[in-house]
Parts: sequence; C-alpha cells; structure tokens
Amino acid sequence: MDAVLKIERLRKSYSTGFIPKKKEILRDVSLEVEPGEIFGYLGPNGAGKTTTLKCLLGIVFPDGGTISLFGQPHLALKPKERIGFLPESPYFYDHLTAAEFLDFYGRLFALGRAERAERIAGLLRLVGLEKAAKVRLRKFSRGMLQRIGLAQALINSPDLLFLDEPLGGLDPVGRKELRDIILRLKQEGRTVFLCSHILQDIEMICDRVAILVEGRIVKMGRLGDLISEKVLFTELEVGGLDPRELEKYGPCLAGRDGRFLLKVFDQEQVSEVLDLVRDRGGRLHSLLPRTQTLEDLFMGMVKQP
Amino acid sequence: MKRILVIAGNTYREAVRDRVLYLLLFFAGSTIILSRLLALLAVGDRVKIIMDVGLASLSLFGALVAILVGTSLVYREIDKKTIITLVAKPIHRHEFLLGKFFGLVFTQLVILLLMTLFFQAFLFIHTLRLDGPIFLAALYIFLELILLTAVAILFSSFSTPILASLFSLSFYVIGHFSRGLLTLIRKVPVGAGRSILRFIYFLLPDLENFNFKTEVVHHLPIPGTLLVKSAIYGLFYALFILVLTVLVFRRRDFQ
Repeated sequence: MDAVLKIERLRKSYSTGFIPKKKEILRDVSLEVEPGEIFGYLGPNGAGKTTTLKCLLGIVFPDGGTISLFGQPHLALKPKERIGFLPESPYFYDHLTAAEFLDFYGRLFALGRAERAERIAGLLRLVGLEKAAKVRLRKFSRGMLQRIGLAQALINSPDLLFLDEPLGGLDPVGRKELRDIILRLKQEGRTVFLCSHILQDIEMICDRVAILVEGRIVKMGRLGDLISEKVLFTELEVGGLDPRELEKYGPCLAGRDGRFLLKVFDQEQVSEVLDLVRDRGGRLHSLLPRTQTLEDLFMGMVKQP
Repeated sequence: MKRILVIAGNTYREAVRDRVLYLLLFFAGSTIILSRLLALLAVGDRVKIIMDVGLASLSLFGALVAILVGTSLVYREIDKKTIITLVAKPIHRHEFLLGKFFGLVFTQLVILLLMTLFFQAFLFIHTLRLDGPIFLAALYIFLELILLTAVAILFSSFSTPILASLFSLSFYVIGHFSRGLLTLIRKVPVGAGRSILRFIYFLLPDLENFNFKTEVVHHLPIPGTLLVKSAIYGLFYALFILVLTVLVFRRRDFQ
C-alpha cells in the first residue's frame, strides 16, 4: 500500500536573535507512515516534533526535502481536505461557542448545513461536551479546550489525523477516553500520527514509532522490533532479612516496613535469592522480571544520540 | 470564494463581539449629539455646523475602528496561534487575508450605516427634511475606510499592534495633509526640485480624494468625473496594498 505520508530528507532551521543566528531544528528527517497505523513520533522537548508537524501542514516552510500527503505535494489543498490536526496547547477563537466553533471549521470544509449539524452533535457527544455546546470557549478549562480541539480535528472525518501532545492537560479519565478514541479511529481504518513525550501512552497504542533527538531520527520501527523482550533484571521485594546478605546479588534499597528492594541482573541468581529467603525465614513480597520498555529505549537514545 | 466568506463571517462576528467597537460607537454617537451644543455656541448656519461635526465624527471614528480593530486582527491570530489550526485546513493564505479584510470591511459598512442613519435622524429633528448627499459623503468615507483597513491589515501582518497602529495612523495623517504638497509644487520653479516633489506626492496617499464633506455641507456641485476618479483611486490603492500584504504573508513561518 502507498504511504499516506512520506517525508524525505526534511531540513528546517530558524534564525533567532538580533544578529540572526541559524539554528538547525530538523536534519534530514525521512519517514513514511502507512495507511491505518498509529505512528508515534517521540522526542524530548525541543527535538523538533512540532516543527516537523508545522512543516507537514504548511505552517512553516522547510529549507529542504520533500513531503507528500496521499501521494500529492503537501501544500496542495486536496490532501488537506483529508487531514485533521490538533495542535499542542490549542488556542481557539474564544468569542465562539463550542457549537459555533465546530460549525466554522465545518464550513471551511464546505460541509452542508444538515451534515454539519449532525457531525457537530456527534463530535460533541464523542468528546463529552454536549452540555457545553452553547458555552463560549473563553470559559473552557484546558482539558475542555483539548477536547474541543480534538472535535475540530475530526470535523471533516479525516483519513489522517495529526495529534500534537494530545494527552497534555487531560486528567487520567480524559487520557483513557482519548486513547480509546484513537484506537477506535484506527479500527475505522484511519491513520494517526501522534507526537508525544508521554511514553506510557505511546507504548499502549502505537504500532510504530520514530524517536527524534536534536532534529534527527535516531530509531524507527515496530515497537516489538525495537524493544527487546529479554529480561533485563528481576526486581524482588524482600522482608525479614539482613540487607547485607542480599547486597552480594545486586543493588539493594531500603523500602517501607523493613522491606528491601533487590535488583538481580544475573537471572540464575534469582533462585539462589529465593532459596535464601526461604532458608532464613524471610518474606518475599513481590518478584518482577523487567523487560525493556519504551522508556528504557527512549532514555538510551536521548542520552546517546 | 466560499472559504473567504466563511472567514469574513467569523471576523465580523469577532469584531461585533469586541467591546472596543461599542465604546467607539458610543463616542461617535455622543459627538454627533454634542454637535448640537457646538452649534448653539457658534455664529452662522447652525445646521451646517451640525453637519460638519457629524460627518467629521463619522470619518474619525470609522478611521479609529479601522486602525484599532484592523491592526490587531491578523496579529492576534498569530499571537494567539489560532492561525496554526486555520492554515492546516484546506485554505490558501491569501484567502485567509482576504477573509479578514472583507470581514472588517463589512463590519465598517454596518457601523458606518448605523452612524449615518443615526446622524440623519438627528439632523431630521432639526431640519425636518432628509439630506440625501449625506449618504454620498458617507459612501466616500467608506471608500477611505476600505483603504485604511487594507493598510492596517498590511502593517499587522508583520508588526505588533502598537507599531501597526502608529504606522496606520501616520498613513491617515499623511494622507490628509499630502495635498498640501500640490501647493508647494506650484510655487517651486520647474526643474529637479519640482520633479522630486511630484514623485513624493505620487508615492504618498491622498485621502482628501474621499473628502466631499465641504461640498455636501454647503450643497456645492460635485463633478461626476471626480467621483469616479476618486472611487477608482481608492479601490486600486486598496488592491495594491492587499497584493503587498499577500506577498508579505505568503511565505511567512508561524513558529
């Protein structure tokens, strides 16, 4: 299948300061997003995630490289008709009510009156803002703005959705709901390009990820391919023993109620620890084998670009 | 065209929900009413004084709306980052600018119409007759406001509202005094000096082209060719400014 988004050798720099000094933000970024997948675009603050999105959407102009959306140049209007976008920390027309706001964007996509009314009602229900339909956006909380922002991104029923830090500003319930919405969109066959640094959420919903560090993609692929399933170490929470006896197996930290947290890196020593606990009348509170997480991978990449 | 109208509609809604507009309307109405007081203190035709002050207030407060609202229009979109969501939609940048421009022009039209009707009603109380030419003067004030709105949007597309207001105000003041250069040109001997002055006059705006207040107040005849020339001048000047704005805006990064 043809990629819905294809970026080749994208470069972007900004000139800052009174005496302009060029700062490279993106350095030869190349990636492809396949139809129907949730693509996670990760990176620490200032890595260039939002700049990439701004280049894709024609908000800023790249210095070099090519971008195509649905096989067409990204600045053409046609592909933009099939795109939804939720910016980071959304600022919207606060003189409009939620319903007027969605109606405005619906009109920009040339949706008919009946279709707009139907979609607005459905979207307000989807993001849980039915009761705020007639409330002006200036009275909205940050979480509500995030929700109405998502509704505007979906007003044209897009095939490709760009979400920039969509989980910021949402409470745990809101985050769960948004994750469910994203997964539902995937089920409907839509593609989602998700920029975030909340790794836990990315790990839960993304099919593929790219890690961007200082404007360069340092890792890209399927999560299963990137993250090793090999056990890195085993964490044991042990009580009723002298910590000096445990220290020879690995780092041992004192916890609450006389418990100790022991990290055992040699898996063959785990059974030795268990024998020790049993023989000395100690207590084993938990045993947790730790495989590599996205966070481990991410931290490794960020520390060693 | 449809997208321009959608943005224009939103701009109009934004403008009419802005309190600054009502404050200016209140002051415009107050000035028209106060013109009656001024007429009582003056010697001569009191109705002419009311008309003079009334038309001047239409022009001045209209210009203030164009400058104060116009200069913050585009800047506010960039500053509050609302433009980011908009540019990501299937619209051209020039459509966004034209939408903003027509939205404010329509707002100006509504305000000017309201002020003119109020002024006409106020005048009717004193003269017990309707004065048609007032609408002609108001129409040319409107043409001037179209140009001023384009200028305000041009400046707001690359500078802050304070600077843009100062630039637009300068344009307004220079535009109303540039005709004085013509007197100077007549007094300077033929040669390089006169040519330079002519060139400067050509570069500067001449907003007196839209000023038919004296003719309307004193019921003087206005040649049709002058009306046509003034209208063409205003519309082409506004078009030129809009093209400049589009060029400035076309490749601008919104960081």
